[in-house]
Amino acid sequence: MRLGSRQVEIRTSPHAKRALGVEDIMRNVVYALLPIAAFAVFAFGLSALVLLLTTTLVCMGTEYLFSRISGRGNTLADYSVVITGILLALTLPPGFPLWMAAVAAFVAVGLGKSLFGGLGFNVMNPALVGRAFVQAAFPVAITTWTPAFAPGRFLELIPSTLTPPLLQPPALGAWIAGLGLDGFTGATPLGIQKFDHIETASLDLFFGTVPGSAGETSALLIGVCGLYLAVRRMLDVRIPLGVMLGAVATALPFWMLAPQLYPSPLFVLFSGGLMLGAWFMASDMVASPVTPWGAVIYGVLIGALTVVIRLFGGLNEGVMYAILLANALSPLIAAWTQPRVFGARPRGRGLVRKPGGS
Amino acid sequence: MHFQQMGYLSLLQRHKTFSHGVYPLEHKELTAGKPIKRLPFAPLLVIPLSQHRGQPAVPLVKPGQEVVRGEPIARADGFMSVPMHAPATGVIKAIDLCPTAAGPKTEAIYLKVYQGASQQVLYQAPREPSLLSPQEIVAATQEAGLVGLGGAAFPSHVKMCPPEGRRIETLVANGCECEPYLTCDHRIMLERTDHLIAGIRIAMRAVGAKRAIIGVEDNKLDAVGAIRARLPADTNIRVEAVETKYPQGAEKMLIKSLLKKEVPSGGLPADIGVAVYNVGTLAQLGELLPQTRGLIERVVTVSGPGATSPGNYLVPIGTPLRFLLEQAGATPEANEVILGGPMMGMSVGSLDVPITKAVSGVVVLEHDDPGQAPRSVYPCIKCSYCLDACPMQLNPSMLGQLAASREYARMEDSYHLNDCFECGCCSYVCPSNIPLTQYFRIAKALNREAKLNA
Repeated sequence: MRLGSRQVEIRTSPHAKRALGVEDIMRNVVYALLPIAAFAVFAFGLSALVLLLTTTLVCMGTEYLFSRISGRGNTLADYSVVITGILLALTLPPGFPLWMAAVAAFVAVGLGKSLFGGLGFNVMNPALVGRAFVQAAFPVAITTWTPAFAPGRFLELIPSTLTPPLLQPPALGAWIAGLGLDGFTGATPLGIQKFDHIETASLDLFFGTVPGSAGETSALLIGVCGLYLAVRRMLDVRIPLGVMLGAVATALPFWMLAPQLYPSPLFVLFSGGLMLGAWFMASDMVASPVTPWGAVIYGVLIGALTVVIRLFGGLNEGVMYAILLANALSPLIAAWTQPRVFGARPRGRGLVRKPGGS
Repeated sequence: MHFQQMGYLSLLQRHKTFSHGVYPLEHKELTAGKPIKRLPFAPLLVIPLSQHRGQPAVPLVKPGQEVVRGEPIARADGFMSVPMHAPATGVIKAIDLCPTAAGPKTEAIYLKVYQGASQQVLYQAPREPSLLSPQEIVAATQEAGLVGLGGAAFPSHVKMCPPEGRRIETLVANGCECEPYLTCDHRIMLERTDHLIAGIRIAMRAVGAKRAIIGVEDNKLDAVGAIRARLPADTNIRVEAVETKYPQGAEKMLIKSLLKKEVPSGGLPADIGVAVYNVGTLAQLGELLPQTRGLIERVVTVSGPGATSPGNYLVPIGTPLRFLLEQAGATPEANEVILGGPMMGMSVGSLDVPITKAVSGVVVLEHDDPGQAPRSVYPCIKCSYCLDACPMQLNPSMLGQLAASREYARMEDSYHLNDCFECGCCSYVCPSNIPLTQYFRIAKALNREAKLNA
């Protein structure tokens, strides 16, 4: 059957479609991460830049390799693997040896994503799977911090960056001393608080003038970039707000009981990877519950677990394990929090009139 | 990005609404200003015997018999059925199969139109509807062959008789017209306001409703004004603007918006004392009943990028789609014709399909439309857009995954598949381009089949 010069085509309704695809969402997440990556390079210099490039390129290469092996075609075009690459670099110390970063990137995409079937099927956030692997494999390198805004950071690499593969990085004590920065102890604000009970000023945490993982230092910038996604509805704002609420609510009673021992809620919010985790990793669509209340519960759970690990665990940072654990629970949370269907009987009250009643 | 898609701005909204839903581009400007225009008679009209829900009508005519415009040509087969009337003066050519938009062929009366006839409606007799009893109105409505003209084609007189033990308190006139492109109800509210109000009064009498509310989307405030101007000061009929949002015109959604009540899951509006009629149906009721006439024509919006003269046409029932498109014009690039609106309408595989009582619009799309560009399908990324879109507050994401693994029974038992009315919101928003609505149609059909075989 013809119409004009064209063959008539049949499709099923709806015949209208919103012009917003997976690749658009993922591309916008990449846009939102770019300012954070740029700040990481600004704060930590050349090393942060090569770290970002390494993880992103290795992640893309791994995705390409596995998509070819599994016959799914080239899946690089959906941009999701770029997010994994950037996020991974942002959670690593800026001077992390590149070969270790490459291992983390390979594990992140290979084990964390491709093995499960690629985009949409990963149970946990791939970047955090990669990071958890290297946290266990290279416990020293992943807790070796370097100062932010070191002089000459745009001209030279941190000595540990170019550690040859399979070798341990050199000790950085002499290099850091050579920078001539006063008072740098090689610990992050979280470590200082946990072991020496000295809090870094909230404002420094807020603007990111402290040592830490490459992209975790400026709470303000992370919040602004996250809000961009939230306003465009490409991020479920219930999750980061839930994480922050859970963290504050858990930290508050301890701080009120013993403020000299435990961190203030404000410090808890703005230190370490909480903001990056809340806005960009917990909110990973694939690994978080789809239901509205599920998202809230999941967020609060991450916030609470993070603080519990920070206060009582052996580590001074707990965001990663909190998110991974909540990721694993998310199908269960979603099953518990199925939305009430329109017209369904609310608990306790009968909405359906009995036949014969008025 | 479409302004209204930034959901947080909905906090500033002024008009009543329901939760969830979507904001597709409206495209109403193509035809909203086009007054209703009569379409010429096609040389051959094809009147299917089953244009409505329920039993097909039974032919009263034989091939070779001459009929006059408005004369009954088929009678209702029982209560859940309506009669058909001759849309033109002419001669019955045959009673044979004809193609339908849904697919299977159906029996139809072929009527050859006398081109020289005056086409006056001779079958009519004036009467005063306010003197009719509710039972007489129900009978008269069935005799008029009236069905829901919004697209459902449910016999109107059946809705006037709520189930045992239910009383209708509120009559809702549905003037939302939430489908993109369609403007026929908009024009009817503007041009046939008096018929609409008369129809509302008749329907209120029939069902015993104490009040009536006309719900109109706030992109048609001129219609709200036109109706208000015609209503007397002391009346139990009221006009309310509701938010322009798809699917505002779904009866459960409109009842929620206007009355803040939810029709129980699996139930009818009558369960909460409400009856909903499309404004086009009510205007026909108000026009036909006082003249004792039958439904022989309806207003159809022809629109879309593939239509060269988009507009609102008064089309005799049975006009072949091909004839309508010849009159309204299709561009050389046109390649898809939808009966109804783009969200819930059906694309047709044959232009020999006739315009029936249920067809509110004909939307012609072009090969180059951005909506037709092939988009890749991704796995579900659990973005939860579909949960935020579903007006029935289902979990289409989960339903889609269950459909993919063919767990159709579980979709019904645990995830309320049967509450889905296939509005298409989930497919519309899905960034992974998963054909969720089609999955659900298939799942429902297979479940029905399984029950029949059980």
